[in-house]
Formats: sequence, structure tokens, C-alpha cells
Amino acid sequence: MADAALTENLVATRADTVRRFGRRDAGFRGLTGLAALLVVAVFAGVIFSLLIGAMPAIQKFGFSFITSDAWDPVAENYGARASIYGTLVTSIIAMLIAVPVGIGIAIFLTEICPRPLRRPIGIAIELLAGIPSIIYGIWGLFVFAPQFQQTLEPWLIAIFGKIPGVEALFAGPPYGIGIFTAALILSIMILPFISAVTRDVFETVPPMLKEAAYGLGCTTWEVMWRVVLPFARAGVTGGAMLALGRALGETMAVTFVIGNAHHIQGSLLAPGTTISATIANEFSEATTPMYQSAIIELGLILFFITFVVLAAAQLMLRALERRTGAAR
Amino acid sequence: MRNPGLYRRRKSWNGMFLMLSVLAAIFGIVWLAFILGDLGYNGLSSISPKLFTMITPPPNSEGGLLNAIVGSLMMSGLAVAAGTPLGLMAGTYLAEYGRHGWLAFFVRFVNDILLSAPSIIIGLFVYEVVVRPMSHFSGWAGATALTIIVIPVVVRTTENMLLLVPNGLREAAAALGAPRSRVIRIVTWRAARAGIVTGVLLAVARISGETAPLLFTSLGMNFWSTDLNQPTASLPYVIFQFAMSADEGWHKLAWAGALLITATVLALSVFARILEKRS
Repeated sequence: MADAALTENLVATRADTVRRFGRRDAGFRGLTGLAALLVVAVFAGVIFSLLIGAMPAIQKFGFSFITSDAWDPVAENYGARASIYGTLVTSIIAMLIAVPVGIGIAIFLTEICPRPLRRPIGIAIELLAGIPSIIYGIWGLFVFAPQFQQTLEPWLIAIFGKIPGVEALFAGPPYGIGIFTAALILSIMILPFISAVTRDVFETVPPMLKEAAYGLGCTTWEVMWRVVLPFARAGVTGGAMLALGRALGETMAVTFVIGNAHHIQGSLLAPGTTISATIANEFSEATTPMYQSAIIELGLILFFITFVVLAAAQLMLRALERRTGAAR
Repeated sequence: MRNPGLYRRRKSWNGMFLMLSVLAAIFGIVWLAFILGDLGYNGLSSISPKLFTMITPPPNSEGGLLNAIVGSLMMSGLAVAAGTPLGLMAGTYLAEYGRHGWLAFFVRFVNDILLSAPSIIIGLFVYEVVVRPMSHFSGWAGATALTIIVIPVVVRTTENMLLLVPNGLREAAAALGAPRSRVIRIVTWRAARAGIVTGVLLAVARISGETAPLLFTSLGMNFWSTDLNQPTASLPYVIFQFAMSADEGWHKLAWAGALLITATVLALSVFARILEKRS
């Protein structure tokens, strides 16, 4: 009799425990789910708050905000063209320099570099990719821009200023600061990132493929160009797009050296501005609601541009992940 | 050798391109060495004990960076304290519960966008939702902005690290009768601990140099203050403000601050690397 009661009791406690576990499990799962939803909420919050903040400017200027290059806080007339132009031009020039050089560094690291040096140089490059952008900014302002103005810039003007077709791009006096300076600093900043990603992707190429190509008598260059690069194309493109996303939104490395001029000049050596530099320089001084709203609309445009680039990068890298995952 | 011309041409192309990639490597490494060299040279000559004992000075006088260092530590500390649990939980959802579900897919996508979204946008967002309602700049707003930057980093590394934990461990614990939440807390988290800590360290490294999101959230403060309800000084902001000025002494302090930040970031990343390797 006592035994039966004990068993019943045990069964009851056991059922209790299982229920308690179940409740805790559900609670824990709910908490993690909430945290995950919070990430989405932040993202949605960014979009909504920018939309709401930009609404007055969107209503007042409409589509002409994007095409106009007016920027006149006194007359309350704003346009984003100069900022968008600066953002795109600096990023494109930076990519034109950093992508080939970055791929070159990756080829050097995977094929040419003496083995004992590969790891240290690779690690150094990865560490450099983590240096905050304000360091590049302060270096650009104090060291690079003055040197550039005295040495490289007059030389660029002397050479390219006479070639028909591009002379307009290199016209004008050497200011030191300007669109081209900002682009060069951006390219130095994204270089370690591109090299690190490209090297990682190169290392996913199955050695068998390379060995087969070498076995057929290919030179190192032919193996890189015909085997490794085609295999790694999606990864390298995805990595380059991530770098482009960084370059487009980069603020501190650019703000110091761009010159903050709100009109588009033909010359790349002239001062200009980018979206992020305009926001950084002017937002805390924007006194009127319309001025603030115009700057927030700039932010919205920047967010849209980077969103498109980053989403494309992600889709490419995801596809790659699936492919290498399937290959394993 | 049927066609010596072709052979020679291929060989010279090969030599040329390999030479180009060596030049690219030298080019890139030289620039980066220049930056670190200039930073070390200008920074070391401005480092002195005063940096850590005096606050930011008015123009043309002596001072240090004490208030900026303390402000940065306070805001970063808060951001890590708030961002780590949130990121850890969200990463756990992705790796343990969501995995292939549509919600997990969406969260992953959004998280990776936030991870590389321009940080100045985060600044604008926090301005809209914190600074504007409070109607003044504050350390709390700065810490909020930094938290938003910490979360995606922790989410990404937590998910990656949890996925590396072998399923056999989870199954063994479940077979012993442990409920799922317990398996995650006692087995998976513990197995992935070093990796998760690495992620937190990387997040700290990331925010210790972030300037753009602080420009119009915490602003700056050139007096001694530990009140986070007030504008709060931070190292990156001081660097920005002082470098843009015309004062020689301020320039030196900006270099010193830049060196401090770089040293911190490099030390954190090296430490994170060692930890990652040991796990």
C-alpha cells in the first residue's frame, strides 16, 4: 500500500518535472526568438526613423532632391547630387585601385611568397583590416594630403592635364584635399579587407584542380587566371562588393580630406563631398528642421545604396557557401 | 619543343604577371607600413603620463585625455554589457532553433546587412529615437548607438561558433534527459565559449574606434564628467575634434589618442586570435 502511494507520488513529481522543463524550454526558446526579432526591429526602426525624419524634405523637394546640386541652408534649398556624385566617384576610384592590388596581394600570398612568411604577412593584413577608419582619416589629413599636394599632385596635373580626353579630370591647382585624395585613402583602407577575403577564397580552391593544371604544363599565371580565378569568382566578387559597401558608407577616412564642397567640379583633384561626409560635417550644426530633414534624407539615400550593394554581396556569398558545402 | 615562340611568350607573360603581383604586394604593404610608422612616430612623441591624469585642455595649454578615456570606457562597457546577452540569445536562436526556417533566414540576412551598414546611419537612427525625444545629446545615446553596432557582431560569431559544436554532444546530453534549454546552456554554450568570447572581443575592438555614430549622439565634452545623461567625451570624438582644429597641442593629443585606439584594437584582435586558436 505504502509502495503504491510512493510510486504514484513519484509519477506525479516526474510529470511535474517534465511540465516544468517544458515551460522553461518554451520560455528560453521565446527569449532567444525575441532577441532575434530585436535585430529585425532595429533594422525596421532604422528604415522607419529615417523615412519619418526625411519626410519634410521628401515632401518639399520630391524627386528633384536627387538631381539638384543646390545646397543652400540660407535659402533652405537642398539637393543631393554633389554628395551622391562624391560618394560614387570616390568609391569607384577606390575599388579600381584596391581590387587589382588586393588580388595581386592574394596571389602573392598563396603562390609566390616564401612559405615561412605567408602566415605572418597574412595575419598582419588581417589585423590591419581591423584598424578603425579614423586612423586612416587623421593620417590622410596630417601626412598624406600635404605630401600628395607637394609631390604626386603636381606630377599628375603635369602628365594627365595635357592628355586630351582626361585633361578636365586633372585640371586645376593642387589643393591636397579633394575627391581623388579621399579615393586614395579609401583604397588603402579597403585594401587589407579585399586581400584577406580574396586569400581566404583562393584557399578554398581544391588543390587537385591546381595540381591538374600544373600537370598539364600550365604556368603559375595560367593556373591563377584560368583555374583559380574562375573557381573563386563568386567569392572574390562577393568580397569586393562587401568592400564597396564599406567604401560607400565610410565616414571618418573621407570627412577629413574631401574638402566639403557642395558643387560638382569636373576635376577629380577639386574638393567635393560625399553623403557620409556631409552628414558628419553638418548634422550637428543643422539648426532648421528642413536642414536636418534634408540631411536625414541623404542618410536614407546612403542606406538604400549600401543596402542594394550589401544584399547583392550576401546573395553571392550565400550561393558560394551552398556550393562549397555541397562539394564537401 | 614544337613551338618555342609560344613557349617563350607564355613564360614571359607568367614572369610579368607574377612580377606585377609581387609589386602589388609591396605597394600595399608599404602604404600600410607608412601609416603604422607615422602613427607610431607622431603618437609616441606625444605619449606622456599626463594623458592619463589630465583632462582635455583648452587651446594652447597642457592637458591629457583622461575624460575621453573614461567616457569611452563607460560607453563601450555599457554597449558590451547590453549587446552581448542580446547578441548571444539571437545567435543561439539562429543556430539552435531557427536554423533553416524562414525567420532565421530573414534574421540572418538583416543581421549581415546591419553588420556592414554605414555606422553613421546608426548615428542618425539613434539621434531620431533617443536624442530628439530627450532633446539633448547624452552618453546614454552614445552607448545605445554602440550597442546597435555590437549586436550584429556577436550574433554572427555566436551563430558560427555554435554551428561548429558537434551534434553528438547535443544528442548525448538530450539522451541523458536534459531539456533543450539546458543542453544549450550547459553543453553547447560551454563548448563554444572561447569562440563566443572571441566574438565579444572583436565587437569591443570594433566599437573602440567607431567615431561616426558618436558625432551626434554622445557629442563630446571637454570637462570632467561621468554623468551619462550629459554629452560625454570619447577618444574617437576628441581625435576628430582636435585634428580638425588649428592648435598644435591639440594635434599632438589627437595623434596620441589615435595611437591609444590602434594599440587597443590591435591588442584585442591579437588576444582574440590566440583565444580562437586555443579552442
